[in-house]
Parts: sequence; structure tokens; C-alpha cells
Amino acid sequence: MSTKTDKIDRLAELTAQSETSTGSSLWVEAMRRLRASKMAVIGGCIIGMFVILAVLGPWVAPYDPTAQLWRGEVRTNQGIFIGMRGENWFGLDHLARDQFSRILVGARQTLLVGIVSTLLGLAIGALIGTVSGAAATLGGKVGGRIDSVIMRFIDMMLALPSLLLAVSIAAMLGQSITTVMIAVGVVQIPIFARLLRGSMLAQGGSDYVLATRALGVRRRRIVLAHIVPNSLSPVIVQTTLSLATAIIEAAALSYLGLGNPDAAVPEWGVMLAQSQKYFDQAPMLAVYPALGIIITALGFTLLGEAMREALDPKLRS
Amino acid sequence: MSLLELSDVQVHFPIKKGVFFDRTVGHVYAVDGVSLSVEAGQTYGLVGESGCGKTTLGRAILRLVDITNGEVVFDGTDLAKLPPEEMRRQRSRLQMVFQDPLGSLDPRQNIESTLAEGMEAHGIGADKAERRERILRILDKVGLPENSLSRYPHEFSGGQRQRIGIARALALEPDVIICDEPVSALDVSIQAQVVNLLEELQEELGLTYVVIAHDLAVVRHISDVIGVMYLGSLVEEAPSDALYAEPKHPYTRALMSAVPIPDPSVEDDRERILLQGDLPSPSSPPTGCRFHTRCPWKQDTLCDTERPVLTDLGDGHKVACHYAAEIAAGTVVRAGEAADEDDAKEGREPASVVAP
Ligand SMILES: Nc1ncnc2c1ncn2[C@@H]1O[C@H](COP(=O)(O)OP(=O)(O)O)[C@@H](O)[C@H]1O
Ligand code: SF4
Ligand SMILES: [Mg+2]
Repeated sequence: MSTKTDKIDRLAELTAQSETSTGSSLWVEAMRRLRASKMAVIGGCIIGMFVILAVLGPWVAPYDPTAQLWRGEVRTNQGIFIGMRGENWFGLDHLARDQFSRILVGARQTLLVGIVSTLLGLAIGALIGTVSGAAATLGGKVGGRIDSVIMRFIDMMLALPSLLLAVSIAAMLGQSITTVMIAVGVVQIPIFARLLRGSMLAQGGSDYVLATRALGVRRRRIVLAHIVPNSLSPVIVQTTLSLATAIIEAAALSYLGLGNPDAAVPEWGVMLAQSQKYFDQAPMLAVYPALGIIITALGFTLLGEAMREALDPKLRS
Repeated sequence: MSLLELSDVQVHFPIKKGVFFDRTVGHVYAVDGVSLSVEAGQTYGLVGESGCGKTTLGRAILRLVDITNGEVVFDGTDLAKLPPEEMRRQRSRLQMVFQDPLGSLDPRQNIESTLAEGMEAHGIGADKAERRERILRILDKVGLPENSLSRYPHEFSGGQRQRIGIARALALEPDVIICDEPVSALDVSIQAQVVNLLEELQEELGLTYVVIAHDLAVVRHISDVIGVMYLGSLVEEAPSDALYAEPKHPYTRALMSAVPIPDPSVEDDRERILLQGDLPSPSSPPTGCRFHTRCPWKQDTLCDTERPVLTDLGDGHKVACHYAAEIAAGTVVRAGEAADEDDAKEGREPASVVAP
């Protein structure tokens, strides 16, 4: 079908090939390859720095990010607003708040939105994927029908452009940070569902599942103790990749004004949106949050792609 | 009555196509009408080239694939008609050893858990300690060290993994074990060890085996009865010795001629039959005798129109060939070999002629 579903299916297929056939255990092997990969190391460093910022941000920020530091006239200098003395590193924003502190504290908000929405998509998507995958592998004819109904619906969701879907959901729920999390999370649901189901299908056809059935083990246990745990590697890769898209999509929604209406809490997407009006005088106001979003998303993408490669036995040397 | 009796078992896999509604566009006739019986305590060897439906038949006996038609009567009950939960409970009595020892073990499960899982499912052993004790006894029986318990499949060699597979089956104290090519994935040097182990266990525990193999050499020594499969059905079945002494179906003779014999003098003058062409697709099997597209003895009548049934030619030697008796008597000879045969032995009928 589309390249989106193709990409998901290709990732799902990795599960079947990676487990067996090699002598050493999958994870040991994958970790070794991951550590040798430049992409993974760079991605990991970026993510590490971002997480440290997000955790420590409020404590290391030189100023209160919501405090108006200057009530007089602002000047611009080299593309930023500055106050009287010009001691703020990234300058001030249009309300004379310290931009550096806002970027630092905003990192936490961005990470939070990314994680919560991805976990939401993962949890619901994995649940649907597990049901569908279990029905398809061990549910017999009835299960097959249940699976195809679920998957039709999932494929329909996948066929919609994700930003359009997110905007529609956000528009329905009204402006808030929760709205952004839900909208971005819902967009991830079909991806995780199709991925886990595909991965389970590949595992479900394997000999060890047949062997477990031959033992007379109950179906619920076969699914939960064997098929699902062995199907998770592609899901872990996708979770990393999804963090990147979630951060970008959350920023996009905030930028479109669907996020937190209370601009007091700094958030990169909102900051980007607000900087727009002042772009002529202070373009750097847009550059800082934009760079934050791009670099962070790049970090997760690099690590995710490196993990995908580490998992792919065809690339194994 | 025999312990295991199959009658007219068919397994047809639907071939599905379609984007929105799966349409069945045909079937793979993987197993197409197999009847056989296995006596308690004996070994039934099932032979045939790859793709002829041996694995599918083995799985059908355990109902690991859907049985399209026919009966699998085990100890008086037709497994094909059992409700799922009752079938699940029967599974402790029929077990399987798989062709791919590594693939049939969950890579994330250690050996103790692998062996305990079936016991737990059937309530064998009161608690973990009791089950562990049983597992240790079984490990000893199959020749694995005690410290295997906490190890994972990838830490073992191929032969050891197959011993784990055997131990897993034994843990449920089954009556019947289906061994699907139990040694074909192993190094030649350890194949004999595993075959010997299977034999010892049978003697000690009174097990009944169905042993599947793609060449006759493996099953020869351990089988009491051998069935030869071609394209989903049996073409010949006989007590092991009789089959080797006098294979009667053309396909069996071809298989037999492919088994190497160490003695060069025997090797030199034995019959060599090279089969032409490939195995036809099981989704569109040939009409009449399924073997007629490759049979060197094929005749102009009956072969491509009537499907021969497995018929007892005496002493339990069953053959599914319209001309089995004539071929055995030498009144129907191979097309290619006609001239040679005439030279060597006088007074033969001309080739490819049916004796009245
Ligand atoms: N699940 C399945 N779906 C469709 N076709 C199958 C399935 N399993 C086996 N087959 C087909 O059935 C035929 C017999 O296969 P199999 O029983 O594995 O043969 P063997 O074990 O003798 O090599 C093959 O043509 C195979 O492709
Ligand atoms: S029935 Fe005909 S084609 Fe079939 S095995 Fe006998 S001689 Fe050959
Ligand atoms: Mg097979």
C-alpha cells in the first residue's frame, strides 16, 4: 500500500529473522553493534544532553522563566531583544522574559509531551496489536475475521495524513497541553498496532510457538509469555523513532495554537509560534526553539535508525 | 485395535487472494487421503522427498493444522472431532520432536522453564521443586548435564538442542512421539547418537514412534513399518525388511536407488533410477496416478486416468500402483532400460507392453 505501511511491515519482519539462526543471543549482538555505530553514539549523546536539560532545567535556569525582567523599552541587537544591560545569554523574549531560561525549562515540557503521547500511542496501539495478533495467530477462523476487521480500521487511520488527524482531534478537544498529548498519541496508535501485530504474526508461525501448542499450553499463555515478548524488538525501535515524530508533531500543534493557551509555561512549539510576530526584529527568538526541536528529534531518529540497523540480520557483518 | 489409526486424512491449505475480502482461489493438497495404523510400542517410518506432505501429516496427527477431512483415532478417540479444550488435554499423550532444534525452542526461555511448561499446563508435579526433580531425571535420561537448567538454547550445540527437544516431549510421559526429521538438521557425526537415544528411550519407556525422514537410510534400522509418501498420499507401505528386500512401487525403487551402499561391488550392478522432472505442485496434482509424470514404468492406460489405491499384495506389503504385480513379475519393464534388459535376460516381453 503506502510507503508508511510498507515501512512498518518491513520493521515487523525483522523480528522473525533476528531471533534464531545466530549463535549468540540477540540482545548481546544488537548491543555490540549499537555501540559500534556512530549514529547510535551521536543520537545517544544528544538524547542524554536533552534529558539532563529537561530534568535539571528549572534548577540551573538563571532566571524565573515567567518573570518579566524589564519594563522599559526593549532594543534589538543582532536579532534578539535585549534589556538595559544586555546580560541575558539568549536575550529576552517579547515580554522581556529570559529566553535562555525559557528554552531550558521548555525542554522539560517538550520531553514530557513527547514521552506521554508516545506512551499513550504505545499502550493503546500495543493492546490493539496484541488482540489482533493473537486473534490472527491462534484464533482460528473467527479470530482471523476479528483480526481483519481491526486491521481494516487501523489501515484507515494510517491512510490519513498524521498531522491532519492530530489537528482534527485537537480541534475537537479544545486548546490545552493534554489535547496535544492525546492528539499526538492517537496518531501513533495505528503504527504500534500494525507493527506489533505484524511482528506477532511472524513469531506466531515459528516452530517454537507450534512446539508450545503441541505441549498443550493454554493460548493466553502462549501469547503473553512467548509471542509478545519475542515480538517486542521492533516495537522498541519504533518507540524511539516515535519520540522524534511526537516532539515535532506536538510542536506543530502548539505552533498552530492548539496547545496550552497559557503562554506562561514555556514550551518550544508555543515559543516558536509567538516569535513569529517579531521575526523581522528578532529572528533569533525563532531560531532557538526551532533548533531545540530539530536537534532533539534528530537525536531520537539517529538512535532509532541505528537500533533498526542493529536488529537487521541482513546488515550483520 | 491399533494405538493410532488414520483413515483418509486430508489437509488442504486454502490459497487466499484479494485486497478487501479474502477469496479462496485454490488449495494446496498437502495431505490428500492417507490411511495408516501404528501399533503400540512400534515405530512407523514415514519417508518421501521434501514437500510431499510428511510434516503436514505429522502435524495433522497432533491437530496442529486443521484437518480438512478424515479421522485420526488415537486410543479409541477421534482427535479430529475433539473440542479444543479436550484436545489440549490429550496433548500430553502425543508429543512431537521438531526438525529444527533451535527454531523449536523459545530463545528467551531457559531450559528449566521450557521443560516445566508442559508439566504446568497438564498439572504434572505438585510444585516447582517436584517438577525440577523430574526434569533432572529426564535431563539425565537424554544425556544432558544438570547445569543445563538455567541455560538458554543458544548456549547449546545442535545435538544438545535436539536432546532438549526430546526431553521436552518426554516430560509429559507421552504414549506417542512424532519425530519430524529429528536428525536431518544435525551433523552427520551426531545423527547416530540421537537415533540411538531415541531407540533406547523407546525400549525403556515403551514409546510408540512415527519417525519422518526424507531418505530411507535414517528410518531403515529403527522402523518396524515404513510408509512411502508421494505428493500427499502413501504409495507403498510394508514391514521395514520387506520394503528393503523388495520395493514394489516405482517411486520407492527410485528412492532406494538413491541410497548409497558402501560395498562397491553391490554399488556397481544395482538398479539406478533417475527421476525426471521436479515434484509437481501440490496445488495442481497430476490426474490419475500422482506419479505418472515421472514414472519410468508409466503405461498408456490407467496411469493418467485412474488413481490407484493402496492394495495389499500379501504379507502386509501394500502398494498403490496399477501395474505393481506386473512390474514385480517383470512383465512390465522400464521404458529407457528396455534394450539392456533384453540383452541381459532373454525371453522378456518387449518394453512398455502390458502383459495380458
Ligand atoms: N501452512 C501452510 N499453508 C500452505 N501450504 C503449506 C503449509 N504448510 C505446508 N504447505 C505446503 O504443503 C506441502 C507439503 O509440505 P510439508 O508437509 O512441509 O512437506 P514435507 O515435510 O514432506 O517436506 C508443500 O507444498 C508446502 O508448501
Ligand atoms: S500406476 Fe502407472 S504411473 Fe503410477 S506408479 Fe504404477 S506404473 Fe507408474
Ligand atoms: Mg518436513
